[in-house]
Amino acid sequence: MTALLPRRGLAQIFALIVILAIDRAVSPQFFDLRLQDGRLFGSLIDVLNRGTPVALLSLGMVLVIATRGIDLSVGAVMAICGAIAASLADSHGLPVVLAAALGAGLVCGLWNGFLVAVLGMQPIVATLILMVAGRGIAQLITEGRIVTFSSPDLVWLGNGAILGLPVPVAIALGMLLLTGAVVRGSALGLLIEATGGNARASELAGVGTRAMILAVYVWCGVCAALAGVIAAADIMGADANNAGLWLELDAILAVVIGGTSLFGGRFSLVLAVLGALIIQTMNTGILLSGYPPEFNLLVKAVVVLAVLLLQSPKLSGLAGIATRLRGTKP
Amino acid sequence: METSLDPGPPLLEVRGISKSFGAVRALQEVDFTLRAGEIHALLGENGAGKSTLIKVITGVFPRDAGVIRLGGEEVAPRSAKAALQAGIATVYQEVNLLPNLSVAQNLFLDRQPMRFGIVREGEMRRRAKALLAEFGLDIDVAAPLGNYSVAVQHVTAIARAIDLSARVLILDEPTASLDRHEVEILFGIMRQLAGRGIGIVFVSHFLDQVYEISDRITVLRNGRLVGERETASLPRLELIRMMLGRELAETTSTRASAGEHQAREVCASFENYGKAGYVAPFNLELRHGEVVGLAGLLGSGRTETARLVFGAERADRGQARVEGAPVRLQTPRDGVRHGFGYCPEERKTDGIVAELTVRENIVLALQAKRGLHRPLSRREQDEIAARYVRMLDIRPPDPERPVGLLSGGNQQKVLLARWLATSPRLLVLDEPTRGIDVGAHAEIIRLIRELCDDGLALLVISSELDEIVTYSDRVVVLRDRAHVEELTGEAIDVTNVLAAIAADGATLAHEGRA
Repeated sequence: MTALLPRRGLAQIFALIVILAIDRAVSPQFFDLRLQDGRLFGSLIDVLNRGTPVALLSLGMVLVIATRGIDLSVGAVMAICGAIAASLADSHGLPVVLAAALGAGLVCGLWNGFLVAVLGMQPIVATLILMVAGRGIAQLITEGRIVTFSSPDLVWLGNGAILGLPVPVAIALGMLLLTGAVVRGSALGLLIEATGGNARASELAGVGTRAMILAVYVWCGVCAALAGVIAAADIMGADANNAGLWLELDAILAVVIGGTSLFGGRFSLVLAVLGALIIQTMNTGILLSGYPPEFNLLVKAVVVLAVLLLQSPKLSGLAGIATRLRGTKP
Repeated sequence: METSLDPGPPLLEVRGISKSFGAVRALQEVDFTLRAGEIHALLGENGAGKSTLIKVITGVFPRDAGVIRLGGEEVAPRSAKAALQAGIATVYQEVNLLPNLSVAQNLFLDRQPMRFGIVREGEMRRRAKALLAEFGLDIDVAAPLGNYSVAVQHVTAIARAIDLSARVLILDEPTASLDRHEVEILFGIMRQLAGRGIGIVFVSHFLDQVYEISDRITVLRNGRLVGERETASLPRLELIRMMLGRELAETTSTRASAGEHQAREVCASFENYGKAGYVAPFNLELRHGEVVGLAGLLGSGRTETARLVFGAERADRGQARVEGAPVRLQTPRDGVRHGFGYCPEERKTDGIVAELTVRENIVLALQAKRGLHRPLSRREQDEIAARYVRMLDIRPPDPERPVGLLSGGNQQKVLLARWLATSPRLLVLDEPTRGIDVGAHAEIIRLIRELCDDGLALLVISSELDEIVTYSDRVVVLRDRAHVEELTGEAIDVTNVLAAIAADGATLAHEGRA
């Protein structure tokens, strides 16, 4: 399980601390926590809570990217599964609602995985299909309306608390532990990294690379489904047009900030989730600072650049050359 | 070690070059002299410093000390591009051109003939055609470079370099992926260029080729200059001694007699096994403790046979048996499950996972064989990795180093370790010694014999006939994608193998296809 712990996560942890410090500077009560009705409140909890959908998406996305793939459809899958959950919420119990939504996510993942692993399509194109079609499917389910519900069970999923933590945060934490246990507790992690690092060589070493690829897209679909259900539960309704819109990009960003290369291979679940938290900490900080939200996008870009520069081996190489040049000057 | 034959000032003069990477001293006080119009071989084992020297000369790495003079003038290129502008061009083993662009575009990349800001395609093609004609190449220059063989790509790269008015041409392992005929063409071009006064540095592991083409030889060992000699007056044994710094261990032939190996049990057999358009149906029996060599020219069906045997390619006829029981070999997984292992020819693309560590690369096949739900614990992985790093003398002996950072010979050992860890009954080795330095070469041949003594069945492909006749109990000769001859016992020698490869080519080739 040592691989679950961030060995190379210093840049990310450093970035998170800096952003937290800036947030504290613009909003003095940023670290304040209070307990009310058995649930913690405060900006930090808010960051965790708001960051949940992207954190869940990044858990699936990081595995897909580790196999040298990408899944652009996760936002659309969120919309589909949110719509299914919202449509069923008032007529069925929570287990049925969850089973239907997660089942839909699984089917979406199977579709993507089938296109990539079996038909050999390029992942970016293969998942683009569902990215476009998915939103249409979601709109068909909601019949173009915003479907609202009042089922207390589903509302609890978005707004309740477990041991003081908001339920979405607890779910995301649980998913991180579950994914970590499955991936690093079995040989899956090694075989995924091998597949992403060199699929041909892995295939010849007897690794079932197709099964690996299929599995990661399925898991990505399930994670997106869960994110979609939580997003719907949060607003007590499903908006097929806007649920999960552009979140695939945030998820990819979170994975990249977490140090996983888009060329596949080595990955870290923890750092991907940390990447999602970095993004959300920035978002929340900018909202709290009172700057217009337009700044959000710019600041985000700058922070992403900074984190990536910190990780870049070329940059440390340049720094080394600079020191040497200074050393050799007469 | 300057000789009295020196006709004038050297074209390229390198004096006292040193280069360190951290604590590792890759080059120490190395001198190198290249005269105009000579072909100068730069030799040494892997890690001797050949690549570092080339990269320092071409400005890829900054040097720590020393001078480089080109035609008497001191130069200090700071990038490969600057070196090229100064007149030093390098063509690497993996051609650094763009396979998706046309041959003409590759030749004139960055300097296309323009008119009003538009590339003059016709003009470019005409000039490309003329340029390649100088090198005896008549091809469609509008076709993508990637459509052509590696040999054509090499010639294109050389033509581009010469057209950029290079005076010094460095060829790094140019012949590694060429067949005999292509090597001849390349050598012809090299001689022609040398005749025009261009100085050529030739890096190669093939000593035969070095003796065939080079005028002088410089040998490096462990980052130091060992010596510079005239090729004609340097006996081969002496050269190997210079490269290794020790006597090459005699490879003793412990070939089983014909009668003995008949008695051994059959490990795997293939009856009328083949695939249309791939390899003509063949019969092959592999016995425990026996090495079967596959000999033939490039493209004769050696690798294809290996892939069918392992299961990397699906046969469309015939029957495979393992220990007498019929089996289906449709994927590499099937092969692995039946206790087969396969070290492919292309180590980098088909063998190693460069980014993963030595440990992870070693356990990969074993883990794949055990399945997802039975993961090897970290402790088991460490034990396995440590055992094989010791047993095969993998260097540096650090199981946590990414395997991509190891030399070719050590990567090959890691691949061997990967399969040995699965306790295989049959190992298929495709060119196990290609691109590997002399020392590791002898070691791998010794390993092959040892493995075989432990009861493993081995199917080995090699282009080096000397090598194949040394360790094989039987040699299967292929020609034109068909098995044409099987040599056993005393009949195995280079002459017989050559005769079988060459024999009556036209008619048999025709039958082979049928």
